[in-house]
Order: sequence, then structure tokens, then C-alpha cells
Amino acid sequence: MNDTRGLALRAYLRSPLDAVLRGWLPILVFVLLIGAWESAARLSLVDPMMLPAPSDITANFIDGFSTGIYLQHLEVTLFQALSGFALACAVGICIGSISSFSERFGRALQPILIAVEATPKIALAPLIIVWFGYGVGSKVVLATAIAFFPVFIGTVAGLRAADPGRLDVLRALGASRGQLFRLVTLPGALPHIFAGINVAVVFALLGTIVGEFMGSKEGLGTLILYANGNLDTARVFSILLVLAATGLALHWSIGRIRRRLLFWEASPPNVLATTGG
Amino acid sequence: MGKIDRLTLDESVAVSESITRAPVIATRGLCKTYATSAGETVNALSQVNFDVGQGEFVSLVGPSGCGKTTVMRILAGLIDGYTGSVNIGGRVVHGPTPHIGVVFQDANLMPWRTVLANVTLPGQVLRLDKKACHARALELLALVGLGGFEKKLPGELSGGMRQRAAIARALLHDPRILLLDEPFGALDAMTRDNMNVELARIAAEAGKTVFLITHSIAESVFLSDRVLVMSSRPGRIIETIKIDLPRPRSLDVVADPMFAATVLRIRRLLEQSTSADLHVTLAH
Repeated sequence: MNDTRGLALRAYLRSPLDAVLRGWLPILVFVLLIGAWESAARLSLVDPMMLPAPSDITANFIDGFSTGIYLQHLEVTLFQALSGFALACAVGICIGSISSFSERFGRALQPILIAVEATPKIALAPLIIVWFGYGVGSKVVLATAIAFFPVFIGTVAGLRAADPGRLDVLRALGASRGQLFRLVTLPGALPHIFAGINVAVVFALLGTIVGEFMGSKEGLGTLILYANGNLDTARVFSILLVLAATGLALHWSIGRIRRRLLFWEASPPNVLATTGG
Repeated sequence: MGKIDRLTLDESVAVSESITRAPVIATRGLCKTYATSAGETVNALSQVNFDVGQGEFVSLVGPSGCGKTTVMRILAGLIDGYTGSVNIGGRVVHGPTPHIGVVFQDANLMPWRTVLANVTLPGQVLRLDKKACHARALELLALVGLGGFEKKLPGELSGGMRQRAAIARALLHDPRILLLDEPFGALDAMTRDNMNVELARIAAEAGKTVFLITHSIAESVFLSDRVLVMSSRPGRIIETIKIDLPRPRSLDVVADPMFAATVLRIRRLLEQSTSADLHVTLAH
């Protein structure tokens, strides 16, 4: 009796403090870190070429957007990344579906897929530039190649995890394979597919930037290379900031679509919430 | 009060043939063997013969692992590779038939569909008229006591409610037979009792032939016109028991001495069959 009251009291005392810490601690750490960084730069403790002051980065960030240069290049990068992402989703879901629909097709494809999966796709970048040129095409292909696998693997895993009991309900009615797929297997696989898609969207951005590093006239990756060549580190940092914001926005959009489509899922795992605190 | 008829296997066939109602389900010589991973063959069923008449409520009871579910899966057309014949509505069938609506141990509702969309699912599979299915689904949901829950998702329902939805779904395409495999096994005892009363009412109102598979002796006696008692491995029907308790039955029927006597009798039969099993294994 006493013990439980003591526990309850401690829980009560702990919870407001916890709430304060949980809400303010990340902000506090962030402010302290930026403050330390800013003062280190101001006091010339670090070389601004290595680590420019946060105020310089912010100024650069604002400048990049007010002159319109960031938006112009962001549009190119975003178009390439989203095209690659859309292609990766379409191809990944299609091939994943066919290979679990036809066992023979899946088996025939398996060695190739394992070999390609084991290859670091970024190593394909020079070859893809040779094949598809310096334009948009090579970036889209590289983004697709990198973003394809998470979608494909998510699709195969999801389709394999089809609930046997739900399948029995339809089989007892004499459902065709197409009906089983459309009415049970595919909708049931969506949580797995979305887990793959969530990884793929950032991979597509990664593929695009690497493609732009290999050779391009436009895009944020090109802009980073250019700024780096000019030893304009503050600009590099501010572009990184744009890329981070883009990645977050993409994640957020996928999360929105996921919640719309998977309204029936009890508790969708949220990667950002668990790491973001 | 009627008396409990004790029937041997041959007599049971003779009696059901003498029933003026033609059998809706008839099995002859059903045998099924499985190959284990160790390469041994296990006899799951051996010579299973039974008839179920039109409008009759028949239960199959037996210990766990005696092959009850194998019988159900053969009837539902979900497994192949058996010998013997299954006759549904006067025709030998292999594979699924629309004459049967199945309720499984788990409700197996699609969590992404509303209750209403789950109940109309068989209509979609069998390509029935959409409007008619919609109207019938609403009627059935009212029949199983889920009126007003049409728009809910399965995740928002209790276990008992989900099983009610599964019963409504099984009835949508108006099958002649309702096949139930331990439908309330996952529910708590109180809910289970209530669901049994509901099942008796639904079966009577819908006018269906019901074949129930259960390991609860009391449940089988409470619900059935006849109880088929199955022995364990290899599964075979060792006894057919006619239940003459008057209908409609309330839960108070449990207090009826005949109810208790019948339950006891079936328990003895099952005990004998399992102890006979033990002797066989000891002799080996």
C-alpha cells in the first residue's frame, strides 16, 4: 500500500520535470551547440574555410533564396529525384509483384538481382554518365537504380507475408489468383511496401546528387561542387541545409500519403519520431 | 423429453438416409494422409462417413489434432490429395463451392475494409450484383446484431463483434450450408456462451444447414441436432449422437439432466478413444 503510494508520488514528481526536459532539452542542446560554434568562429578558433560561422551560413542561405539561384537548381534536382523515385516505385512494385506471382520468374531473376543488389550502385555512376550523357537522363537513371531495391525488397517481403487466414476466406469462395492478389495480398503488403518507399525517397535524392557530382550543368549537387571549387564553404553548408530540408519534406510527404492509404494500421512506425525525440 | 439414441456407424448412415430430407452433405470413405518432414506418413483421417440433412445442425467434436480441421478444409475445398468422396447438394465436388459459407476460427476480416465492405466481399469475388449485395449485407448485419456498425473498421470491433461480422460475410452469397470451424474458440467463456445462443438463432432464422467443428462438448450438445464424435489419429467417426433437447434452447438447458448425461456420454467416448490410443502406443 505504502509502496504503491510512494511510487505514484515519485511518478508525479518526475513527470513534469520529464516533460520540461523532453520538450526543452533538444532545443537547449541545439542552441548551446550553435552558440559555441558561432563564438569559436568569431574568436577565430576555427578556420572559416573549414567551419564558417552559423551567421555566415544563414546569410548565405537567405542570399541564395533571394537571388533565386537555389530555387532554380532545387527545381532541377527535385525533378530528377522525384522522376527517379517514381520510376523506382513503379518498377520495384511491378517486378516485386511479378516475381512473387510467378515463382519461376522470381527464381529466374534471383541471381541477377542478388548480384546487382550486392554492387554499390554509386559505383555505376561513371558508367551511367557514359550511357546517358550529362543531362537529366543519367541522374534519373542513377536515382532509379539506387531507389529501386528498397521498394522491390519491401514489395516481395510484403507479398510473402500475406495472411493465410484471409487468403483462405477468398479461396473457399473459389477466388482467382488475380482476385487473391488484388483483394488480399497487395493491400496487406502496403505497410511493407511503404517501409521500402520511405527509404527509397531519400535514396533517389542521394542518387541524383551523386549523378550531379559526376557531371552536370545544373542542380544543387553541381552548385555544391562549384562552391567547393571556389572555397566558398559557407555556401556549401547552406546548400547542405537546403538538401536536408528537402529530404525532410520528402519524408513528411510520404508519411502523409502513408497515413492516407494505411488509415487502418494500428500504429504506423514513424522513423523520424523515434529518432527526432 | 426425448431419449438419446445410440447409433453405430452403419446405423447412422441408414438413419440419415431414412430422413425424408435428402442429405446436403455426404462424405464416403474420406481418408487423408500427410507426409511429415521426417518422411513418415501420418493418417489424419480414416474412412470418415457422415451425412448432414437439409436444415440440420450437426457438430463434429473430437480432441485437438484429431483431424476435425482436415474434414472442414476438405469440405471447404481448401485441401486436395484425399481419397473418398464429398457430395454437396447431390453433386460430387472437388474444390471450393458457392454452396458453402465458411466461418473460420479467426474472423479473418480485411482490416482495410469497413465492416460493410467486408461483408460484401464474397459478392465481389463471385461477381454478384452490387446493389443486391449491399442491401443483403445490411440485412445480415442487422441479423447478427451489428446494425449501426457498417462504417466501422474491424480494428474498432471486439473479438465477438468481429466473429459476428464473419458470420454475416459467410451468409452473403446465400449458401445452403454454413460451415464453422471453432468459430468462438478465441473468445472468452461468457462471450462464447452468448455467441452460441446467437448462432442458434441466426441458423434458425437464416434456415441454413450448419456443420460446426468444435472441441467443446457442451457447445456441440447445446447447438446440435446430432453430434458426430471423432477419435484422434487416425480421425474417424466413432459415434453419432442424436440430441433431442427441445428448441429453442436457452442457456438454462445446461441444468437439464439429459444435457448433462449427453455431455458425460460424449466425454466418456472421447476418453475411451484416447486411452485406446495410449494402449496402442504403449504396445508398439
